[in-house]
Amino acid sequence: MANAYYEKIARVNLTTGEITVEALDVEVAKKYIGGRGLGTKIAYDEGCATSDPLGEGNKLIYITGPLTGAAAPSSGRYMVVTKSPLTGMIACSNSGGKWGAKLKYAGWDAIIVEGMSETWKYLNIVDDKIELLDADEYLGMFSEELDDKLKEKHGKEASVLSIGIAGEKQVLMAAIMNDKDRAAGRSGVGAVMGSKKLKGIVVKATRTNPNDVIASEEALKAANKEVMVNIRENGLTGGGLRALGTASLVNVINSVGSLPTKNWQESYYEKAEDVSGEALAEKFLVKASACHRCPIACGRVVKVDDKVVGGPEYEPLWAYGANMGNSDLAAINKANMLCNEYGLDAISVPCTIAAAMELYEKGAIKEEECAGVPLVWGSTEALIEWTKRIGNPETELDWLMSSGSARLCEHYGMPEVSMSVKKQEMPAYDARGVQGIGITYATSNRGGCHVRGYTIAPEVVGLPVQLDRTVTNEKAFWAKTFQDLTAVIDSMGLCLFTSFALGAPEYTKLINAACGTEYTPEEVLLLGERIYNIERLFNKAAGMKPEDDRLPKRLLEEPVKEGPSKGMTSKLNVTLPEYYKERGWVDAFPTDETLERLGLGEYIGR
Amino acid sequence: MVEVRLFAGLRKGRQKVYQMESASVKTVKDIMDALDIEVKEVNILLINGFHQKPETEVKDGDVVSLFPAVGGG
Repeated sequence: MANAYYEKIARVNLTTGEITVEALDVEVAKKYIGGRGLGTKIAYDEGCATSDPLGEGNKLIYITGPLTGAAAPSSGRYMVVTKSPLTGMIACSNSGGKWGAKLKYAGWDAIIVEGMSETWKYLNIVDDKIELLDADEYLGMFSEELDDKLKEKHGKEASVLSIGIAGEKQVLMAAIMNDKDRAAGRSGVGAVMGSKKLKGIVVKATRTNPNDVIASEEALKAANKEVMVNIRENGLTGGGLRALGTASLVNVINSVGSLPTKNWQESYYEKAEDVSGEALAEKFLVKASACHRCPIACGRVVKVDDKVVGGPEYEPLWAYGANMGNSDLAAINKANMLCNEYGLDAISVPCTIAAAMELYEKGAIKEEECAGVPLVWGSTEALIEWTKRIGNPETELDWLMSSGSARLCEHYGMPEVSMSVKKQEMPAYDARGVQGIGITYATSNRGGCHVRGYTIAPEVVGLPVQLDRTVTNEKAFWAKTFQDLTAVIDSMGLCLFTSFALGAPEYTKLINAACGTEYTPEEVLLLGERIYNIERLFNKAAGMKPEDDRLPKRLLEEPVKEGPSKGMTSKLNVTLPEYYKERGWVDAFPTDETLERLGLGEYIGR
Repeated sequence: MVEVRLFAGLRKGRQKVYQMESASVKTVKDIMDALDIEVKEVNILLINGFHQKPETEVKDGDVVSLFPAVGGG
């Protein structure tokens, strides 16, 4: 019976060059939905947690969800699951564009890449045929040029996923790019691909939809029609994101005094308006853009000099702007483009440069180490040049910077300057003035991250309800619920932004229609909880300690100096025990009872 | 004086910032009426960086920020 899976996984061994086809275990897939959930289950069971992230034992799992490419809103998502070389824990990076949908249309639920090649290769997938080809001629190319070259060779209907120079050099903040400017950006997944000498994956598909495996096209059509009403009627998904993109948040978050400034030394940026979504739209926006099957269209297309390229999201606008004390929007656009060209995480890279600027200000990094480009707050030359250097490191400081802020600051004896959790840089919301997001950061299985439980929605944006951002009450419950629901959405293959308009009941209808299941919304949330817990088990096996669920000291001990959140600190000491109680965890890990309750009994004692 | 800051689509046909005599506006709703902004157009309403409601009273020195549906992540 059709169940929204093609029931087919390709396993590519780069050591031997062997490519084999395996049947998907449908019962296991249903238990973990697909995508992020199933990918983590496979990664755990195949021993990635205890592997060297950049060694032969680690694997890269490119995986779709049951709804990827299907008739549902914003369904163009795929995920890359592996062990992160940046955090040493689970990595699951998620991207849009077209590539994921095409992989699904080609008839694959997942591609598992293992081993290491001696020479550079790329994969060429045409429906059910997969071949390994030489990639030497594509080394050193920027992602846009590489995309063009591979399309010249394989046809313009192909979709290209690749690593840039940063991935080739195994930079710990290297992203995997697809469709030129979309990124599975976080946790250094590009470095893992580089360690295996896999330059890219080209995919072409004859199918244009996955309807041949959808359990009930009628039911999915009806469910889609119903949820699309919510998407259209919601101000954010029905027009707000198309108008200004995620960049609209710069002024919102600054107005509540939670825009981290100069590496989180301050939380209010006087010049935020200059680097806001409004300014971007007025001065640089060419048009909005959308991923596959997306009615929201949050993407930006902007002008950089004489080029028309993908524009910055809220995160790089903040990280290259307020967080570096820089108000030059043209420089941010350029730096963002460089991140895409080199294949870099446009959050961790600028945050590492900001940390380096604080180290420079404090005298830890000396001018003579900077090879002619001092790390001065607000220097546009510094933010552009250091992005290039991180993308293609040569000097000792280049390499240190390219390993992320935690290793950099540790090297200079000032670990507290790294604004990271589990060695991954935190994003653009100061957790001192917004209590719930601090729980998300501290307990995120992939380290500092906002899209593992986006409590900013209720705490600042008022969706689905408006909470008081300054209090701790019930925030543990909200963080857990958002984390579990997010795990569901990611695993389905839909974009998280649909959740501004949709909740568990709507996602349940979509899953049931596509997969032929009969879940209740409560059961679907339980699937999400199971996924969050198996990620935690992966981290435990990888050596995570309870003290890794933490926030940087600055957020706990240094009150906000100025602005609307003046005087506030994160109250994680209150919320973290409440959160563990909500989860049924003791000392950061699930109890045996919790594992039993979640159907994870097979993992007890491991 | 009360400073009123408008953002995103609310700026269309209006200024970014207004200074209003506190004597002439008692609540945020009065400000919105004066600027011809409907309640349903405003998704985020802040006074001095804290979420409030249209009926909340304003006082001299307050900064009122009004946003339509914006967000992302």
